[in-house]
Amino acid sequence: MKAYWLSLVVFFPVLGALLILFLPAGAVERIRRVALVTSLVEFALALPLYFWFNPASAGMQFLEARVWIPSPLILYQVGLDGLSLVLVLLTAFLTPLAVLASWPITKRVKEFFLMLLVLETGMLGVFAALDLFLFYVFWEVMLIPMYFLIGVWGHERRLYAAIKFVLFTMAGSLLMLVAIIWLYTATGTFDLLALYGLRQAHPALLAPGEERWLFLAFFLAFAIKVPLFPFHTWLPDAHVEAPTAGSVILAGVLLKMGAYGLLRYCLPLFPDAAKEFAPVISALALIGILYGALVSLVQPDVKKLIAFSSVSHMGFVVLGIMAMNVISTQGAIFLMLAHGVSTGALFAFAGMLYDRRHTHLISEFGGLGTPLPVFSAFFLVACLASLGLPLLANFVGEFMVLVGVFEAERSYAVLAAFGVVLAAVYLLWMVQRVVYGEVTNDANRRLADLSPRELVIAAAFALIILGLGVGSPFLTSRTEATTKRILLQVESPHYELAQSPESGAPDAAEDKR
Amino acid sequence: MMPSTADLVRVLPEIVLTAFGLIVMVAEPFLPRGEKRMLGPLALVGTLAALVAAVAQAQNPGYAFSQLVIIDGFSSFLHFVLLAITALTIIASFRYLERENINHGEYYALLLFGTVGMGMMAAANELILVFLGLEISSIATYILIGFRRTDAKSSESAMKYFLLGSFATAFLLYGIALIFGGTGTTFLPDIAAALGAPGTNPTLVLMGMGLLFVGLGFKVASAPFQVWTPDVYEGAPTPITAFLSAGPKAAAFAAFLRIFFTALEPTQETWFWVIWASALLTMFVGNLGALVQTNIKRMLAYSSIAHAGYILVAFAAGSELGIAAVLFYLVAYALMKLGAFTVVSHVSAGESHQEIDDYAGLHSRQPLLAACLTLFLLSLIGIPLTGGFLGKFYIFTAALKANLIWLVVLGVVNSALSVAYYLRVVKVMYMNEPRADLEVAPVPASVAFVLTLTALGTLYLGIVPGPVLGAAARSVLPLP
Repeated sequence: MKAYWLSLVVFFPVLGALLILFLPAGAVERIRRVALVTSLVEFALALPLYFWFNPASAGMQFLEARVWIPSPLILYQVGLDGLSLVLVLLTAFLTPLAVLASWPITKRVKEFFLMLLVLETGMLGVFAALDLFLFYVFWEVMLIPMYFLIGVWGHERRLYAAIKFVLFTMAGSLLMLVAIIWLYTATGTFDLLALYGLRQAHPALLAPGEERWLFLAFFLAFAIKVPLFPFHTWLPDAHVEAPTAGSVILAGVLLKMGAYGLLRYCLPLFPDAAKEFAPVISALALIGILYGALVSLVQPDVKKLIAFSSVSHMGFVVLGIMAMNVISTQGAIFLMLAHGVSTGALFAFAGMLYDRRHTHLISEFGGLGTPLPVFSAFFLVACLASLGLPLLANFVGEFMVLVGVFEAERSYAVLAAFGVVLAAVYLLWMVQRVVYGEVTNDANRRLADLSPRELVIAAAFALIILGLGVGSPFLTSRTEATTKRILLQVESPHYELAQSPESGAPDAAEDKR
Repeated sequence: MMPSTADLVRVLPEIVLTAFGLIVMVAEPFLPRGEKRMLGPLALVGTLAALVAAVAQAQNPGYAFSQLVIIDGFSSFLHFVLLAITALTIIASFRYLERENINHGEYYALLLFGTVGMGMMAAANELILVFLGLEISSIATYILIGFRRTDAKSSESAMKYFLLGSFATAFLLYGIALIFGGTGTTFLPDIAAALGAPGTNPTLVLMGMGLLFVGLGFKVASAPFQVWTPDVYEGAPTPITAFLSAGPKAAAFAAFLRIFFTALEPTQETWFWVIWASALLTMFVGNLGALVQTNIKRMLAYSSIAHAGYILVAFAAGSELGIAAVLFYLVAYALMKLGAFTVVSHVSAGESHQEIDDYAGLHSRQPLLAACLTLFLLSLIGIPLTGGFLGKFYIFTAALKANLIWLVVLGVVNSALSVAYYLRVVKVMYMNEPRADLEVAPVPASVAFVLTLTALGTLYLGIVPGPVLGAAARSVLPLP
């Protein structure tokens, strides 16, 4: 059973989706419950992975490999290392909350939850796949449910936002497909682990020019997804127009795929090109941090503000990855998680405001602390986490990134720190205008405070935000070995995975041969 | 000289189709008006019998009729594809003909005769036979396109296709003559042998090759010979549009590949750039043209031009891998195009309501129909887990192996462009409000059957491509 556990985790949501497919469309309550139970069971299935995971090993665990298509040889190969483990857990954690946050949806409920569950499998597959072809399949398949989530259940400009999201992502990923095939024609394999091995054994596997182009093709796909400045323009539209669950998933998981791709593919497969382009990419990340923060300052709309703050925060993640040292990379991975939960929480709260007032405009609110004391308290926690208050999730990640970047390039760290300062400004100012002061708008006077369902969402987010902030070693211990391996793959092309004392890869890799 | 039994077995599908075609023709006038619907199932039985005959044919590879006909993996593979296309077209036509009140037996007879011509094109080892096959299939399709003869658009389409088609056939015939003049033979392997030998006139062969390219390019709707496609596809009865976009195109590609990779293989360096440029042009013309269409049949017509472009990319790769990719793609393409046009043929009853906007809210009226069309459109885009994706993937793999990097990069740029117009239909179906005045009839069993088969086939090719790809790889033309 344990040998197939990862596949079970990846595909379980599809089982729930199939079940929903056969329920009558009118059975709204039953559909919601099935979706919730599926996503909760999914979380329960994913959780043991954390405990079974051997933190000392840098290799892939829970490895499964089977031939999918015999010629050209394409494997169904999945496995987790520290990096993908934590992202799988994040996905499994956020989906039930997204399901809960979607309770108020009354339009075409059946399809909504169907799409949401299919999307979950797509996301999990992206993180678990260890074959370039398989990875691409999950990466693309995921687009379709997201397109529908934004396009059918979004707000006013949903159609525009949905097609923009798909076109941007497709443009990047199709070039990545060319790069994947090119890599195959150059090396004869789609198997990521084999490619890792080849790259280590033959530093001259690819001609320098070739490596540069391939790196750029992969990088473009990931940069659009992160999104890195100047590829971010789809994000505010998609985030603002998406329904609450869509925003939570977009910010919480989809953006992480870009950063994940950099760590999983760009750096280990094309280390020389990565090092060559690191200064440029870091500069773009830095621009993103400051630009995102400055634009957040002037947003009149809560969701848009959070969306631009994501550009800023994800800039930190990319900056940390590109600094290429242990602490910065660990920080970047940690920040991916922290941003996933804190921004996911912010979008969930913005959704609760929308459910009450059908608007996201900051000017429509004010003094919500009086009618909605419980909501306001939780909202404040999420904002404080997002601005990097110590003891809450984001602080740990941002601090580690800054320390690591400081070691690598002082001026970058100094400039990036302004991003943290600005985050405090735009978030606190927003909180001030939304929560504090007198109730200025009569429509807000009689709003009901959190329902039990919303309280569960809020409490789950608050707990994990605090948990990550206080118990960061529980996470960093899982990602440390992986981080070191990735950095060794980048630093010393001759580093042999197999000879590493802490590597668990060889025995697993031999099993499948 | 009497043909031997082996000869007859090697053209058995054609014999069976001709026999059934004649039976349908003869039976037609004797049947009372109400009983004419029997002819459709009869034609279907004929096609299925021909499929069985194709199995016998495939088991007896070799030459027939003084080497005019060659039965190899390539021709057998295409026979199966072409016969399946015809069978699906016949089933999809059952209700269509009744509804449009054009239920005449000739319809089915012509489909069967057209398939005979297409089969001959796939198995021809000699240029005159290619010409004959092309003519047989073309004449059948000229009539089929104009089958709604009370409808001006249908007649206009038929006229247009007939005039331009005759022109193209003339080009082809002239090309054959020039090649015969240059090499002294019309047998494909002998042409290749003569090309290297003394006494060959290279200028004549070159000119002949150019004219062949024009004639065949017209039939596969590759740029710059694609101009007829949107008008003809729009005016033709929709099941015939489906047939046109799948069957004759596949047959023409078969002849195209066999002539260029057998007879003209020694001049590959010359024609490579022509194919390369045509591939690029075809993709852009198709995709850019489709972007601005509001009529769904015209949009799908431009999309089939674009797909001819992708197939030409694999053609340009000039390798066995490329030919295998073409064969796989033809299967995937036939499934998704037949499926998409069958949905259109059902929704646009009476050949009205062909605007994309007429599909508004189709999802809420006919969820399964909308889901099927979405699947076919996603496959046409090339989203993974569909046959269309793997088809493109194999084409690009073959092209990259042949170092056609720019062609591939521009090919994926085209794929990205195509997302916009395919998703527009999805958007209209799922995200726009339904139009009150448009009633969509319940799906009849025959249409449901075709849609189920094409949808499952599309998914099958996307998820388990191994068997079909393996068959395609075993069926490639042997390249020196």
